[in-house]
Amino acid sequence: MTVQQLNSFRTGPDERGHFGIYGGRFVAETLMPNILELEAAYNAAKADPAYQKEMDHHLKHFVGRPSPLYFAERLTEHLRKTASGLSSGGAKIYFKREDLNHTGAHKVNNVTGQIMLALRMGKKRIIAETGAGMHGVATATLCAKFGLPCIVYMGAVDVERQQPNVLRMKMLGAEVRPVTSGSHTLKDAMNEALRDWVTNVSDTFYCIGTVAGPHPYPAMVRDFQCVIGNETRDQMQEAEGRLPDSLVACIGGGSNAMGLFHPFLDDRSVEIYGVEAAGHGIPSGQHAASVAGGRPGVLHGNRTYLLMDADGQITEAHSISAGLDYPGIGPEHAWLNDMGRVKFLSATDDEAVAAFQLCSQLEGIIPALEPAHALARVFDLAAQKPKDHLMVVNMSGRGDKDLDSVAQFLESKKK
Amino acid sequence: MTTRIERRFAALKAEGRAALVTFTMSGDPDYATSLELAKALPKAGADLIELGMPFTDPMADGVAIQAAGLRALKGGQTLIKTLAMVRDFRKDNNDTPIVLMGYYNPIYIYGVDKFLVDAKAAGVDGLIVVDLPPEEDVELCLPALKAGLNFIRLATPTTDDKRLPAVLNNTSGFVYYVSIAGITGAAAPDATKVGAAVARIKRHTQLPVAVGFGVRNAESARAIAAGADGVVVGSALIDVLRANLDADGKAGPNLVKAVTDLVSDIAQGVRSAAKVAAK
Repeated sequence: MTVQQLNSFRTGPDERGHFGIYGGRFVAETLMPNILELEAAYNAAKADPAYQKEMDHHLKHFVGRPSPLYFAERLTEHLRKTASGLSSGGAKIYFKREDLNHTGAHKVNNVTGQIMLALRMGKKRIIAETGAGMHGVATATLCAKFGLPCIVYMGAVDVERQQPNVLRMKMLGAEVRPVTSGSHTLKDAMNEALRDWVTNVSDTFYCIGTVAGPHPYPAMVRDFQCVIGNETRDQMQEAEGRLPDSLVACIGGGSNAMGLFHPFLDDRSVEIYGVEAAGHGIPSGQHAASVAGGRPGVLHGNRTYLLMDADGQITEAHSISAGLDYPGIGPEHAWLNDMGRVKFLSATDDEAVAAFQLCSQLEGIIPALEPAHALARVFDLAAQKPKDHLMVVNMSGRGDKDLDSVAQFLESKKK
Repeated sequence: MTTRIERRFAALKAEGRAALVTFTMSGDPDYATSLELAKALPKAGADLIELGMPFTDPMADGVAIQAAGLRALKGGQTLIKTLAMVRDFRKDNNDTPIVLMGYYNPIYIYGVDKFLVDAKAAGVDGLIVVDLPPEEDVELCLPALKAGLNFIRLATPTTDDKRLPAVLNNTSGFVYYVSIAGITGAAAPDATKVGAAVARIKRHTQLPVAVGFGVRNAESARAIAAGADGVVVGSALIDVLRANLDADGKAGPNLVKAVTDLVSDIAQGVRSAAKVAAK
């Protein structure tokens, strides 16, 4: 697809929350006043320098920002050696180290912004959904810091496979509610959080973990995550004296990717790649690749690419990575795909686990299974690029939580 | 041109009583049972029939209706079959209004224009689509009105006087007042508060106001009917239906009778209510 000639890719959404045909506010009437209240409160906060100043303070002193932009030297060398027939090639690979943030992932950037907004709005009770548990942990952490009660909805399947994060949330004083409706994963956790919100509208703030949901969430979460791309820009300038040539990030809902991508959307020289989870492979039907294997539909407050059957029923996603195991994608990603500005690729469970192992052993960095999907595609993307090509991959989280899942996966492969 | 919904509410107003609106899920637990039940509802006292269009992710519904939708989907129900069910219903009932209720995605995937043509032809009178607030009226509401279908909107306790006109604008047939901020099947509302809320809505509209959420028996129906133009009962019927499924989830021999017995009972409650509102 050719990249359409817009003046800017960064002006969305429109006042009704649309990115092209995507986005919107598809929610029950009970929630509409809340959504409008949130939108007004966020717009006011954005315009208030004191809010930004306070956020910068917490991001620096509590989260530990800026996160390093790290040259992955051994991985770069390894790929140059193994790039068959391309001895002259092999991009220079940098990791944006979001795994080094407090709580171990990019999720905390967004949660810091939303919890400070909740405080401004006088909301006394925080709810969140979580898949891999990283957003739940970040929310539980900020709630502990600011003394707010926190309830995290988590699919029962995810509670099983991400036990370390369940224990962390509980230790931080949050209540984890396992969700046993539907497919017992992230989408059902989101349904349950929405049901909670419908029931407790007046005092509750719903802290959504990704660039999805009804307007203003996709834009608001993006804004909070843009710190990733903004820092990357400055850091690459400092390290190499110029912009990167390509960006690669994994995409479930897509908040880490949007945070990295958005500040670069209007730099046409920068190639941008999003990597979805292909699970057992796209042809198997058991995957979480909404762009590659889905089509536009309406769920969780927005129109976007979704996995569904011919009747419009949402189908269950599959990925070894709980954080990517969602049958949709943020609406702005859907639009960027259609516009041809972001190229969407995918990586299977097998490829992600191989990347997980290789990165651990070559760089001394155990990545989360989510960015391991991005790394898997970096392996072949980097090989096709010349040596002076600067490629940034978003190391969106650390992999401690995934050690059990990976060990089990490798064990099952032996049989 | 009036719709069956408008004619029915006008007739009941002349009779001086509130309407009983029943909600059941189309295809729950299977097509044949669900159709048999729908056909039996008017005889048991239902004045309007809401048929659920099952959806995998019903974000405003409680456990009873969630499970009903999943049972229907497991039984092979689709939007195509729901429209077929309306056609089958219409073969021997041309008077009872039918409202389809559900979520937008299956309609969007069916194709809005095609859906409206097929729904009208099947004998559908109105639509309630939970996740389409006035902000998204161009999606389905405006085309539906143009196609001659009523588009029934939900008003809730969170819909304040400032927002109410936006919600009522483009609403037709009746207004569905959700009596509590919550999901379906939740606790019973306070009847006096409901009466006041209905009166508030009626200051903004001529449309009949039906009240739902939390109505479980004749007594609660009577209390609500006293202050409203209609009473909606759903989760309570579905709970009885579920209690009449066998271990494999198949319909038991008394299912239709058990559900319609409750409907008859609730209909008595509605009909015995002292009429105070809707004047």
